[in-house]
Amino acid sequence: MPSLAWLGIFFFIPLLLVLVISFAARGTYGGVEWTFSLANYTTLLDPLYLTIFVRSLALALVTTAVCLLLGFPLAYYIARAPLRWQGIWLLLVMIPFWTNFLVRTYAWMFILRTEGLMNTVLMNLGLIASPVEILYTDAAILIGLVYGYLPFMVLPLYAALARMDYSLVEAAWDLYASAWNVLWRVILPLTKPGVIAGCILVFIPSLGAFITPDLLGGARSMMLGNLIQHEYLVVRDWPFGSAISFVLMTLVLLGLWGYYRVEGVGRMT
Amino acid sequence: MSARALTVSYSLILHLTLCILCACQPTPEDGPKNTPKTAPDATSQAATTLHYFTWTDYVSEDLLNAFEKANGVKVVVDTFSSNEELLAKLQSGASGYDVAVPSDFMVSIMIKQDLLAELDLAKIPNVGLVDERLQHLPFDPENRYSIPYLWGTVGIGYDSKVIPTAPESWGVLWDPQYKGRISMLNDQRELFGAALRAMGQSANAKDPKIIEQAKAKLVSQKPLVKTYSSDNYDQLLVSGEVALAHGWGGAVARAMAERPSIKYVVPKEGATIWSDCLVVLKTSRNRELAMRFINFLLDRDVAARTTNRLLFASSNREAKALVLAPLRQNPAVYPPDSTFDRLEWITDVGEAIKLYDRAWTELKLR
Repeated sequence: MPSLAWLGIFFFIPLLLVLVISFAARGTYGGVEWTFSLANYTTLLDPLYLTIFVRSLALALVTTAVCLLLGFPLAYYIARAPLRWQGIWLLLVMIPFWTNFLVRTYAWMFILRTEGLMNTVLMNLGLIASPVEILYTDAAILIGLVYGYLPFMVLPLYAALARMDYSLVEAAWDLYASAWNVLWRVILPLTKPGVIAGCILVFIPSLGAFITPDLLGGARSMMLGNLIQHEYLVVRDWPFGSAISFVLMTLVLLGLWGYYRVEGVGRMT
Repeated sequence: MSARALTVSYSLILHLTLCILCACQPTPEDGPKNTPKTAPDATSQAATTLHYFTWTDYVSEDLLNAFEKANGVKVVVDTFSSNEELLAKLQSGASGYDVAVPSDFMVSIMIKQDLLAELDLAKIPNVGLVDERLQHLPFDPENRYSIPYLWGTVGIGYDSKVIPTAPESWGVLWDPQYKGRISMLNDQRELFGAALRAMGQSANAKDPKIIEQAKAKLVSQKPLVKTYSSDNYDQLLVSGEVALAHGWGGAVARAMAERPSIKYVVPKEGATIWSDCLVVLKTSRNRELAMRFINFLLDRDVAARTTNRLLFASSNREAKALVLAPLRQNPAVYPPDSTFDRLEWITDVGEAIKLYDRAWTELKLR
């Protein structure tokens, strides 16, 4: 089966290597010493690292929620637009991908900084009296993550909404359903696979993001992605970095598996 | 000196981003695949191609062209943006580079890891012109493996319009009146080095209690710090976003060129001195050409032109006279003689790195 071979080469073998290294120890000058120990995993139970896990989870959850709230109306609008416009809107959603993510993040730094575009415009309009300090705060990290991952939410939502049979929505209106009920009882259940796919596609990369916290957050706080990068590159403690990576991946996979078990979702968009 | 380079590693970050987007975490085994396109191909043109592995924005094209023409060879440049990245790439199997430019403490790690070839000093006569103060350095006193190339200090860049009297002490970075206008290096050893020196300790402290005190000092400073950055603080100084920046002299010198009110000071409690060194890698197949290339980079005229362009001081003591006068007199480029007795090299602290690492993580969680 080609799909199995693909999974094996690009997923299971690297995962296995991470797992094997995570039981080793760091040599004094940074190499990998082949001893077997669970020390890397017990270290992870330290409240210090648990705090990083909790923080990163919270940030990823908020990012996903904001992306869903912003992405759903947009995807709905695109899906309901005339066909020839749909292509144009979708193209506009995807165009940012033509530019390197790092470059776009730097662009946000110019927009958000004290004497940046946003503050200049708002002050000239008289909406604010003094510059708002957003760059190098958690708010800037959130803006950067939502900006970066919004297309991953919009595209699967659009796919689900475009496929939805709109006559069912019309039927709901005809039966005097309230706007809330139309959304909650008709549209959402019909587009659930798209919502789930979008949330997964946003949540997982947000959990591992490290460029955004570094550049927009001013490296003031550490997220999981930064911790892993730091362990691999600065401390050169590959075994500990591998242990963190492995736990992170296991948690994500367990979460997904549990979700499918509970919800019985058979297929994804 | 981990990130004096202007930017974070594009190739590595792209690679990691892709990995994360695919929801698979990077593994160290990705290394060999990660070998850049320009990575050496030892079998072809072994005699005529030199592979030079150096910092981002650390070469002058015209100087390389001159070497290529004079020797009838081709020089392929590949770059890294931190010492850690250099080591990671070499450890993960990238081989065939001839000459690299690690910083002082990384030279000692690379010697211990047996990555360096012994230099043939007979083929590098310019070694005799190295500044006395850069000779007999603790990590390689006899220049068996390395020769200092570009060097400088880490200090404080400040805007003299905001701070009219030159700050003499690291304490200015803890002064509440500059809250939100301070940037610190996002570099574990340098950041702790600044706090340790401010406390009157060595930047290479290994005592857990002292490292813990340094952490407490940095935690108390954190509310004042606008950003921890190793690569764009010169722009923050130029734009006026920060008035005080803990940083490498060369980068502050770049900021001065655009905003003349920027000045540079090496605090009285002492600061870090660093030197990037030329080394030949053990895997090099063109050792003789590599020696010739090192000798070329250390040449008086070549070195002076390098300093003029990169704003980092050259190790060649005769080159200084040929450097543009404003740079020669700039304390951010050439540290004044009076500062020398209070400069300290960052050295490998061995297992104590774990204490720094933990303290750093705790600082970032506050």
